[in-house]
Amino acid sequence: MAVGLPENLFLTKLDAAASWARSNSLWPMPFATACCGIELMATAASRHDMARFGAEVMRFSPRQCDLLIVAGRVVMKMLPVLQRIWLQMPEPKWCISMGACACTGGVFDTYAVVQGVDRFIPVDMYVPGCPPRPEQLLAALIEMQEKIMRTGTLTGREFAGRTKSNGPPPFDLDEVRRSQEAVGVPGLDIYTPPEIQLGNAGKLN
Amino acid sequence: MLDLDSLQERFGNEITESSFRDNRRIVVPSDKVYFVLEQLWREWGFDMLVEMTAADYLEYPGATDRFGVMYVLLNTTTGERVIIKTHLNLPDPELPSVFPLWHSADWLEREIFDMFGIKFEGHPDLRRILMPEEFTAFPLRKDYPLKGRGERHNFPVITRAES
Repeated sequence: MAVGLPENLFLTKLDAAASWARSNSLWPMPFATACCGIELMATAASRHDMARFGAEVMRFSPRQCDLLIVAGRVVMKMLPVLQRIWLQMPEPKWCISMGACACTGGVFDTYAVVQGVDRFIPVDMYVPGCPPRPEQLLAALIEMQEKIMRTGTLTGREFAGRTKSNGPPPFDLDEVRRSQEAVGVPGLDIYTPPEIQLGNAGKLN
Repeated sequence: MLDLDSLQERFGNEITESSFRDNRRIVVPSDKVYFVLEQLWREWGFDMLVEMTAADYLEYPGATDRFGVMYVLLNTTTGERVIIKTHLNLPDPELPSVFPLWHSADWLEREIFDMFGIKFEGHPDLRRILMPEEFTAFPLRKDYPLKGRGERHNFPVITRAES
Protein backbone atom coordinates (compact mmCIF):
# COMPACT_ATOMS: atom_id res chain seq x y z
CA MET A 1 0.00 0.00 0.00
CA ALA A 2 1.28 3.33 -1.05
CA VAL A 3 0.38 5.20 2.11
CA GLY A 4 1.88 2.54 4.27
CA LEU A 5 -1.30 1.17 5.81
CA PRO A 6 -1.01 -2.06 7.71
CA GLU A 7 -2.57 -5.24 6.38
CA ASN A 8 -6.38 -5.73 6.51
CA LEU A 9 -6.96 -2.01 6.51
CA PHE A 10 -8.15 0.16 3.67
CA LEU A 11 -9.42 3.65 3.18
CA THR A 12 -12.75 4.57 1.62
CA LYS A 13 -15.45 7.16 1.87
CA LEU A 14 -18.24 6.58 4.34
CA ASP A 15 -20.81 7.09 1.59
CA ALA A 16 -19.19 4.41 -0.55
CA ALA A 17 -18.97 1.99 2.35
CA ALA A 18 -22.65 2.49 3.19
CA SER A 19 -23.69 2.12 -0.45
CA TRP A 20 -21.59 -1.00 -0.79
CA ALA A 21 -23.29 -2.58 2.20
CA ARG A 22 -26.76 -1.50 1.19
CA SER A 23 -26.52 -2.50 -2.45
CA ASN A 24 -25.35 -6.00 -1.64
CA SER A 25 -28.07 -6.79 0.84
CA LEU A 26 -31.26 -5.44 -0.68
CA TRP A 27 -34.31 -6.85 1.05
CA PRO A 28 -37.16 -6.88 -1.44
CA MET A 29 -40.77 -6.27 -0.55
CA PRO A 30 -42.78 -8.25 -3.12
CA PHE A 31 -45.90 -6.33 -4.08
CA ALA A 32 -47.14 -8.98 -6.49
CA THR A 33 -50.64 -8.45 -7.81
CA ALA A 34 -50.62 -10.25 -11.15
CA CYS A 35 -48.68 -12.57 -13.44
CA CYS A 36 -45.47 -10.58 -12.93
CA GLY A 37 -45.60 -11.94 -9.40
CA ILE A 38 -45.12 -15.45 -10.77
CA GLU A 39 -41.98 -14.33 -12.58
CA LEU A 40 -40.86 -12.61 -9.41
CA MET A 41 -41.25 -15.89 -7.55
CA ALA A 42 -39.35 -17.68 -10.30
CA THR A 43 -36.57 -15.12 -9.96
CA ALA A 44 -36.31 -15.81 -6.27
CA ALA A 45 -36.51 -19.58 -6.71
CA SER A 46 -33.64 -21.95 -7.24
CA ARG A 47 -33.26 -21.79 -11.02
CA HIS A 48 -32.62 -18.05 -11.29
CA ASP A 49 -31.74 -17.57 -7.63
CA MET A 50 -31.80 -13.94 -6.67
CA ALA A 51 -29.70 -14.91 -3.63
CA ARG A 52 -26.65 -14.76 -5.89
CA PHE A 53 -27.01 -10.98 -5.75
CA GLY A 54 -27.78 -10.70 -2.09
CA ALA A 55 -31.46 -9.99 -2.52
CA GLU A 56 -33.05 -13.23 -1.41
CA VAL A 57 -34.54 -12.01 1.85
CA MET A 58 -38.11 -11.37 0.76
CA ARG A 59 -39.94 -9.96 3.71
CA PHE A 60 -43.70 -9.58 3.78
CA SER A 61 -43.56 -6.71 6.19
CA PRO A 62 -42.61 -3.39 4.59
CA ARG A 63 -40.94 -2.34 7.83
CA GLN A 64 -38.14 -4.84 7.20
CA CYS A 65 -37.57 -4.08 3.52
CA ASP A 66 -35.71 -1.53 1.48
CA LEU A 67 -36.59 -2.48 -2.10
CA LEU A 68 -40.21 -2.34 -3.22
CA ILE A 69 -40.88 -4.47 -6.30
CA VAL A 70 -44.27 -3.57 -7.75
CA ALA A 71 -45.12 -6.58 -9.89
CA GLY A 72 -48.45 -6.35 -11.65
CA ARG A 73 -51.28 -3.97 -12.28
CA VAL A 74 -52.44 -1.68 -9.52
CA VAL A 75 -56.07 -0.68 -9.38
CA MET A 76 -57.73 2.29 -7.71
CA LYS A 77 -58.59 0.31 -4.62
CA MET A 78 -55.04 -1.02 -4.27
CA LEU A 79 -53.16 2.24 -4.80
CA PRO A 80 -53.73 3.64 -1.28
CA VAL A 81 -52.43 0.29 0.03
CA LEU A 82 -49.33 0.57 -2.16
CA GLN A 83 -48.70 4.14 -1.03
CA ARG A 84 -49.08 3.11 2.59
CA ILE A 85 -46.64 0.23 2.13
CA TRP A 86 -44.16 2.61 0.54
CA LEU A 87 -44.49 5.04 3.43
CA GLN A 88 -44.03 2.23 5.94
CA MET A 89 -40.69 1.16 4.50
CA PRO A 90 -37.70 2.54 6.38
CA GLU A 91 -35.11 4.75 4.73
CA PRO A 92 -33.14 4.29 2.58
CA LYS A 93 -35.50 2.61 0.13
CA TRP A 94 -35.85 2.08 -3.57
CA CYS A 95 -38.58 0.96 -5.92
CA ILE A 96 -38.57 -1.25 -8.98
CA SER A 97 -41.63 -1.06 -11.22
CA MET A 98 -41.82 -4.48 -12.84
CA GLY A 99 -43.73 -5.14 -16.04
CA ALA A 100 -45.82 -3.16 -18.48
CA CYS A 101 -48.81 -2.81 -16.15
CA ALA A 102 -46.92 -1.39 -13.21
CA CYS A 103 -45.01 0.99 -15.50
CA THR A 104 -47.83 2.25 -17.72
CA GLY A 105 -51.04 0.38 -17.04
CA GLY A 106 -50.30 -1.93 -19.97
CA VAL A 107 -53.32 -3.12 -21.89
CA PHE A 108 -55.60 -2.33 -18.97
CA ASP A 109 -56.51 1.19 -20.02
CA THR A 110 -59.79 1.19 -18.08
CA TYR A 111 -61.50 3.25 -15.44
CA ALA A 112 -60.17 1.31 -12.48
CA VAL A 113 -56.52 0.67 -13.37
CA VAL A 114 -53.83 3.16 -12.43
CA GLN A 115 -51.84 4.09 -15.54
CA GLY A 116 -48.39 3.60 -14.06
CA VAL A 117 -47.47 3.55 -10.40
CA ASP A 118 -44.80 6.17 -11.05
CA ARG A 119 -47.53 8.78 -11.13
CA PHE A 120 -48.12 8.32 -7.44
CA ILE A 121 -45.03 6.78 -5.85
CA PRO A 122 -41.35 7.37 -6.69
CA VAL A 123 -39.85 4.70 -8.97
CA ASP A 124 -36.12 4.11 -9.46
CA MET A 125 -36.06 1.39 -12.07
CA TYR A 126 -38.48 0.23 -14.74
CA VAL A 127 -38.52 -3.30 -16.08
CA PRO A 128 -40.31 -3.64 -19.43
CA GLY A 129 -41.99 -6.86 -20.48
CA CYS A 130 -45.30 -8.61 -20.19
CA PRO A 131 -44.29 -10.24 -17.93
CA PRO A 132 -40.52 -9.67 -17.88
CA ARG A 133 -38.36 -12.77 -17.80
CA PRO A 134 -36.46 -13.44 -14.57
CA GLU A 135 -33.24 -12.46 -16.34
CA GLN A 136 -34.67 -9.02 -16.94
CA LEU A 137 -35.55 -8.61 -13.31
CA LEU A 138 -32.07 -9.76 -12.35
CA ALA A 139 -30.62 -7.24 -14.77
CA ALA A 140 -32.73 -4.54 -13.15
CA LEU A 141 -31.55 -5.66 -9.74
CA ILE A 142 -27.91 -5.48 -10.80
CA GLU A 143 -28.52 -2.09 -12.31
CA MET A 144 -30.25 -1.02 -9.12
CA GLN A 145 -27.13 -2.05 -7.20
CA GLU A 146 -24.98 -0.05 -9.58
CA LYS A 147 -27.23 2.95 -9.15
CA ILE A 148 -26.99 2.69 -5.38
CA MET A 149 -23.21 2.43 -5.61
CA ARG A 150 -23.07 5.37 -7.98
CA THR A 151 -25.46 7.79 -6.26
CA GLY A 152 -25.91 6.52 -2.73
CA THR A 153 -24.98 8.55 0.30
CA LEU A 154 -24.90 7.71 3.98
CA THR A 155 -27.62 10.21 4.88
CA GLY A 156 -29.68 9.70 1.74
CA ARG A 157 -29.30 13.28 0.58
CA GLU A 158 -29.51 12.18 -3.05
CA PHE A 159 -33.27 11.73 -2.57
CA ALA A 160 -33.87 15.32 -1.52
CA GLY A 161 -33.79 16.67 -5.06
CA ARG A 162 -36.62 14.45 -6.28
CA THR A 163 -39.56 16.68 -5.53
CA LYS A 164 -41.71 15.64 -8.47
CA SER A 165 -43.25 12.32 -9.46
CA ASN A 166 -41.50 10.41 -12.22
CA GLY A 167 -44.67 9.78 -14.14
CA PRO A 168 -46.70 12.04 -16.37
CA PRO A 169 -48.95 14.51 -14.56
CA PRO A 170 -52.39 13.06 -13.88
CA PHE A 171 -54.52 15.24 -16.13
CA ASP A 172 -52.21 15.62 -19.06
CA LEU A 173 -53.13 16.33 -22.64
CA ASP A 174 -52.14 12.86 -23.66
CA GLU A 175 -54.86 11.43 -21.46
CA VAL A 176 -57.45 13.67 -23.08
CA ARG A 177 -56.24 12.69 -26.53
CA ARG A 178 -56.39 9.00 -25.75
CA SER A 179 -59.88 9.30 -24.34
CA GLN A 180 -61.11 10.82 -27.60
CA GLU A 181 -59.29 8.79 -30.18
CA ALA A 182 -61.46 5.67 -29.99
CA VAL A 183 -64.51 6.90 -31.91
CA GLY A 184 -66.58 4.63 -34.10
CA VAL A 185 -66.62 5.17 -37.84
CA PRO A 186 -70.23 5.40 -39.10
CA GLY A 187 -71.12 2.72 -41.61
CA LEU A 188 -68.05 0.66 -40.94
CA ASP A 189 -68.90 -2.99 -40.46
CA ILE A 190 -66.17 -4.40 -38.29
CA TYR A 191 -67.45 -7.93 -38.59
CA THR A 192 -66.84 -8.26 -42.32
CA PRO A 193 -63.22 -8.83 -43.17
CA PRO A 194 -61.94 -6.52 -45.90
CA GLU A 195 -61.81 -7.94 -49.39
CA ILE A 196 -58.30 -8.26 -50.64
CA GLN A 197 -57.84 -7.32 -54.28
CA LEU A 198 -55.19 -9.46 -55.78
CA GLY A 199 -53.52 -8.20 -58.94
CA ASN A 200 -51.52 -10.31 -61.29
CA ALA A 201 -48.65 -10.29 -58.89
CA GLY A 202 -50.78 -11.95 -56.23
CA LYS A 203 -51.93 -14.90 -58.32
CA LEU A 204 -50.68 -18.28 -57.44
CA ASN A 205 -48.91 -20.05 -60.20
CA MET B 1 -91.07 -29.32 -15.45
CA LEU B 2 -92.12 -25.72 -15.14
CA ASP B 3 -94.86 -24.79 -17.59
CA LEU B 4 -95.62 -21.27 -18.70
CA ASP B 5 -99.40 -21.68 -18.60
CA SER B 6 -99.60 -22.08 -14.87
CA LEU B 7 -97.46 -19.00 -14.38
CA GLN B 8 -99.60 -17.00 -16.82
CA GLU B 9 -102.74 -18.22 -15.11
CA ARG B 10 -101.54 -16.84 -11.84
CA PHE B 11 -99.54 -13.75 -12.80
CA GLY B 12 -101.11 -12.59 -16.05
CA ASN B 13 -100.35 -12.77 -19.72
CA GLU B 14 -97.46 -10.30 -19.77
CA ILE B 15 -95.23 -13.21 -18.89
CA THR B 16 -93.60 -14.53 -22.04
CA GLU B 17 -91.17 -17.28 -22.79
CA SER B 18 -88.42 -17.74 -25.34
CA SER B 19 -85.63 -20.21 -25.66
CA PHE B 20 -82.17 -20.49 -27.09
CA ARG B 21 -80.86 -24.04 -27.44
CA ASP B 22 -81.69 -25.53 -24.03
CA ASN B 23 -81.98 -22.21 -22.19
CA ARG B 24 -85.53 -21.31 -21.19
CA ARG B 25 -86.02 -17.62 -20.61
CA ILE B 26 -89.14 -16.29 -18.97
CA VAL B 27 -89.63 -12.53 -19.12
CA VAL B 28 -91.60 -11.11 -16.21
CA PRO B 29 -92.64 -7.51 -15.50
CA SER B 30 -90.53 -5.96 -12.79
CA ASP B 31 -93.40 -5.42 -10.34
CA LYS B 32 -94.25 -9.12 -10.36
CA VAL B 33 -90.79 -10.62 -10.46
CA TYR B 34 -90.49 -11.17 -6.72
CA PHE B 35 -93.80 -13.04 -6.54
CA VAL B 36 -92.90 -15.18 -9.52
CA LEU B 37 -89.53 -16.04 -7.99
CA GLU B 38 -91.14 -16.81 -4.65
CA GLN B 39 -93.59 -19.11 -6.41
CA LEU B 40 -90.76 -20.86 -8.24
CA TRP B 41 -88.90 -21.29 -4.99
CA ARG B 42 -91.88 -22.57 -2.96
CA GLU B 43 -93.81 -24.64 -5.44
CA TRP B 44 -91.48 -25.57 -8.24
CA GLY B 45 -88.44 -26.42 -6.16
CA PHE B 46 -85.95 -23.97 -7.63
CA ASP B 47 -83.81 -23.96 -4.52
CA MET B 48 -80.60 -22.52 -5.93
CA LEU B 49 -79.87 -19.11 -7.41
CA VAL B 50 -76.93 -19.96 -9.62
CA GLU B 51 -76.30 -16.56 -11.08
CA MET B 52 -77.83 -13.15 -11.10
CA THR B 53 -76.69 -10.43 -13.40
CA ALA B 54 -77.78 -7.38 -15.32
CA ALA B 55 -77.25 -5.83 -18.73
CA ASP B 56 -77.52 -2.30 -20.04
CA TYR B 57 -79.48 -2.17 -23.30
CA LEU B 58 -78.66 1.43 -24.15
CA GLU B 59 -78.44 1.71 -27.97
CA TYR B 60 -79.08 -2.01 -28.31
CA PRO B 61 -80.92 -2.76 -31.56
CA GLY B 62 -84.61 -3.31 -30.89
CA ALA B 63 -84.42 -2.86 -27.15
CA THR B 64 -87.21 -0.90 -25.48
CA ASP B 65 -86.03 -0.90 -21.87
CA ARG B 66 -82.77 0.32 -20.42
CA PHE B 67 -81.75 -2.47 -18.06
CA GLY B 68 -82.34 -6.19 -17.92
CA VAL B 69 -81.86 -8.22 -14.77
CA MET B 70 -81.50 -11.98 -15.07
CA TYR B 71 -81.93 -14.67 -12.45
CA VAL B 72 -80.57 -18.11 -13.32
CA LEU B 73 -82.34 -20.70 -11.18
CA LEU B 74 -81.62 -24.36 -10.63
CA ASN B 75 -83.73 -27.11 -9.16
CA THR B 76 -81.13 -29.28 -7.52
CA THR B 77 -83.49 -32.27 -7.30
CA THR B 78 -84.44 -32.50 -10.96
CA GLY B 79 -81.61 -30.54 -12.50
CA GLU B 80 -84.05 -28.21 -14.22
CA ARG B 81 -82.79 -24.74 -15.04
CA VAL B 82 -84.70 -21.62 -15.92
CA ILE B 83 -83.75 -18.00 -16.52
CA ILE B 84 -86.07 -15.29 -15.22
CA LYS B 85 -85.59 -11.93 -16.83
CA THR B 86 -87.05 -8.56 -16.04
CA HIS B 87 -86.62 -5.05 -17.37
CA LEU B 88 -86.06 -1.76 -15.59
CA ASN B 89 -85.76 1.86 -16.56
CA LEU B 90 -84.22 5.08 -15.35
CA PRO B 91 -84.40 7.30 -13.38
CA ASP B 92 -84.85 5.01 -10.42
CA PRO B 93 -84.19 1.36 -11.24
CA GLU B 94 -85.27 -0.65 -8.24
CA LEU B 95 -86.22 -4.24 -7.53
CA PRO B 96 -87.20 -6.13 -4.41
CA SER B 97 -84.27 -8.11 -3.02
CA VAL B 98 -84.44 -11.89 -3.32
CA PHE B 99 -82.10 -12.30 -0.37
CA PRO B 100 -84.93 -13.77 1.76
CA LEU B 101 -85.36 -16.57 -0.81
CA TRP B 102 -81.74 -17.34 -1.73
CA HIS B 103 -78.89 -16.07 0.40
CA SER B 104 -76.55 -16.33 -2.58
CA ALA B 105 -78.24 -13.16 -3.82
CA ASP B 106 -76.38 -11.17 -1.18
CA TRP B 107 -73.16 -10.43 -3.06
CA LEU B 108 -74.74 -10.79 -6.50
CA GLU B 109 -77.15 -7.96 -5.75
CA ARG B 110 -74.33 -5.90 -4.30
CA GLU B 111 -72.37 -6.38 -7.51
CA ILE B 112 -75.32 -5.34 -9.66
CA PHE B 113 -75.83 -2.30 -7.46
CA ASP B 114 -72.14 -1.46 -7.73
CA MET B 115 -71.90 -1.81 -11.49
CA PHE B 116 -75.34 -0.65 -12.68
CA GLY B 117 -76.82 1.35 -9.83
CA ILE B 118 -79.90 -0.84 -9.54
CA LYS B 119 -81.20 -0.69 -5.99
CA PHE B 120 -82.52 -3.78 -4.23
CA GLU B 121 -85.14 -2.96 -1.67
CA GLY B 122 -84.86 -5.05 1.47
CA HIS B 123 -81.24 -6.08 0.95
CA PRO B 124 -79.58 -6.31 4.36
CA ASP B 125 -76.30 -4.63 3.39
CA LEU B 126 -76.43 -2.88 0.04
CA ARG B 127 -72.92 -1.45 -0.29
CA ARG B 128 -70.46 -1.37 -3.15
CA ILE B 129 -68.59 -4.64 -3.42
CA LEU B 130 -65.91 -4.11 -6.09
CA MET B 131 -65.36 -0.39 -6.43
CA PRO B 132 -64.15 1.76 -3.54
CA GLU B 133 -66.78 3.22 -1.23
CA GLU B 134 -66.16 6.78 -2.36
CA PHE B 135 -66.73 5.94 -6.03
CA THR B 136 -69.84 7.68 -7.32
CA ALA B 137 -70.43 6.37 -10.85
CA PHE B 138 -71.77 3.02 -12.06
CA PRO B 139 -69.08 1.76 -14.41
CA LEU B 140 -70.92 -0.90 -16.40
CA ARG B 141 -73.57 1.50 -17.61
CA LYS B 142 -73.07 2.10 -21.30
CA ASP B 143 -73.01 5.87 -20.92
CA TYR B 144 -70.00 5.67 -18.60
CA PRO B 145 -66.74 6.03 -20.56
CA LEU B 146 -64.46 3.00 -20.60
CA LYS B 147 -61.52 5.00 -19.34
CA GLY B 148 -63.53 6.60 -16.58
CA ARG B 149 -63.95 10.22 -15.68
CA GLY B 150 -60.51 10.65 -14.15
CA GLU B 151 -61.17 8.73 -10.93
CA ARG B 152 -58.07 6.63 -11.50
CA HIS B 153 -55.91 9.78 -11.32
CA ASN B 154 -57.52 11.21 -8.22
CA PHE B 155 -54.83 10.29 -5.71
CA PRO B 156 -52.17 12.23 -3.83
CA VAL B 157 -48.68 12.04 -5.32
CA ILE B 158 -45.92 10.85 -3.01
CA THR B 159 -42.56 12.24 -4.10
CA ARG B 160 -39.21 10.84 -3.09
CA ALA B 161 -38.18 13.96 -1.24
CA GLU B 162 -41.10 13.85 1.16
CA SER B 163 -41.27 10.13 1.92
